[in-house]
Amino acid sequence: MDLFLDYFEFWQDKFDSILAYTYEHLIISFVVIVLSVVVTVPLAIYMTKMKNEKIKNLIFNIANVFQTIPTIALLAIMIPILGIGFKPAVAALFLYALLPLLRNTYTGVKSIDPGVVEAAKGMGFSTFQRLFKVELPVALPYVMSGIRVTTVYIISWTTLAALIGAGGLGDLVLAGIGYNDQHMIFTGTILAIMIALLLDLLFGKFEKRFSKV
Amino acid sequence: MIQLKRINKVYDDGFQALKEIDLTFEEGKINVLIGPSGCGKTTTMKLLNRLTEYTDGQILIDGKDLNQINPIELRRQMGYVIQNIGLFPHMTIYDNVATVPKLLKWDKQRIRKRVDELLQLVNLDPETYRGRYPSELSGGQQQRIGVIRALAAEPSTILMDEPFSALDPISREQLQDELVRLQREINKTIVFVTHDMDEAIKIADQVILMKDGQVVQKGSPKQLLENPANEFVREFIGENRLESAKTLPPLSEFVVEGYPSVTGQSDLQDVIDVMVEHNLAELPVVDGENKYRGIVSLYRALSNKQAVLSDVLDTSIQAVNENEAIDDVMNHTKNAPGSVIPIVSNESELIGVVNHNQLFQALHQFYQRKSGGE
Repeated sequence: MDLFLDYFEFWQDKFDSILAYTYEHLIISFVVIVLSVVVTVPLAIYMTKMKNEKIKNLIFNIANVFQTIPTIALLAIMIPILGIGFKPAVAALFLYALLPLLRNTYTGVKSIDPGVVEAAKGMGFSTFQRLFKVELPVALPYVMSGIRVTTVYIISWTTLAALIGAGGLGDLVLAGIGYNDQHMIFTGTILAIMIALLLDLLFGKFEKRFSKV
Repeated sequence: MIQLKRINKVYDDGFQALKEIDLTFEEGKINVLIGPSGCGKTTTMKLLNRLTEYTDGQILIDGKDLNQINPIELRRQMGYVIQNIGLFPHMTIYDNVATVPKLLKWDKQRIRKRVDELLQLVNLDPETYRGRYPSELSGGQQQRIGVIRALAAEPSTILMDEPFSALDPISREQLQDELVRLQREINKTIVFVTHDMDEAIKIADQVILMKDGQVVQKGSPKQLLENPANEFVREFIGENRLESAKTLPPLSEFVVEGYPSVTGQSDLQDVIDVMVEHNLAELPVVDGENKYRGIVSLYRALSNKQAVLSDVLDTSIQAVNENEAIDDVMNHTKNAPGSVIPIVSNESELIGVVNHNQLFQALHQFYQRKSGGE
């Protein structure tokens, strides 16, 4: 019982700063996700139309390499380039998000039944109409699952961004380690998990609504 | 009307896919392109909506050069049905059928009316099916939607690329019947690609048989069956189909010409002498202008020796016109008592006779061959 009361008191004391950390965390993740979707999805679609296999493989390989660099190392590499704080964190996490999004979108568009594409062509859709009215809607489940997976990753990795002074829930955990305060560690962890689950749920709902395949 | 004039298509690697194709697809006809795989039939069809381009030659649609027409506009004016059906899985049946009218920006009410009308055309209840998704339909139903989707914007030409080959035999038969029926109602120019000869024979007005990028033979199914141009055509059509398409030989092949006849004024004894001399039991009797009058039989003549010819003349036996179909001859002579059937020209002059037994035997042999017997 004491445990709960203590923890409750902790929330009362630190409510404002917990909120601030959470807010920071959300902002970083949000910027990274939006940025990576805006860059990657069109790139992946463009790649499905690309005839040059070499360039395609090169892009995939680059994305792959970023994914293999340990998260902490990548964040650290960013410091000499972009300094510390928000910007290097976003840049590093963005590079991380590339591969899962690229792969899923690419596979999704590629996996469309060639008959559907041929029918769309033969019925007189222009290239853009075909993309927006047929190819993207049909590939949506793949694209969305890429976004969902990436979002969950990003929320979790953003915790590490605290190491290079970007703030967020990671700060709470790090401070908790410093002060040997389990309440802080626990709160940071639980909140990160809850944000991830919540967003996943949200995207799931969105996906259901817009894809009726 | 669509005309292809000396069309050649050479791929970048030098492979010549089409050689000197000269074709005319007439309005309101089902034109079937057929041939073994790789013969260029699909390529030829795809030239028409510019999904592939040709190297040289000219294609005219209603007299207008195909290259002068914007490919997007062109495709919206042509229906297109493909083997994989290609319904849009994220759209309802309504939206699928309405695709081209929507692209052409028809007003909503017109589209709605048109979609319902089309669904009824293929016997799918609009109330039930309008809001469903393609995955909720059977393969046959899906391809019905594929077909009416191509008809939606009332195109004058419909291209069909092996549309029924992925369906089960029952659905295929049904859809073929429906297509022929539809064609009678809507009267479009249909260009249909298939590799199935039975399908071609069933639906085609014009069959175009291709091989190695060339047209080997074109014509009505009947022409191809009766007069295959060469060994390849024979082989492609198949001996069985050729055999079963064989028609009965014409009546003229059975007519015994120069069969003795007598005129009505002849003396009965002379008539009997003629029959005995030629070893015949029956003789046709003609008048002075060689017009058929009746038949006299040896038996009746002998038992009424005192009578004159006209008394023993059997006028109940009808003569048959030389141009009649052989089946008909069988039908209206099967009750005739005699062994010969008199055959007359259009001017009812006697030409000769057909021997009943001979005719029977010939027919018997023909049907036995057709049914695969010895």
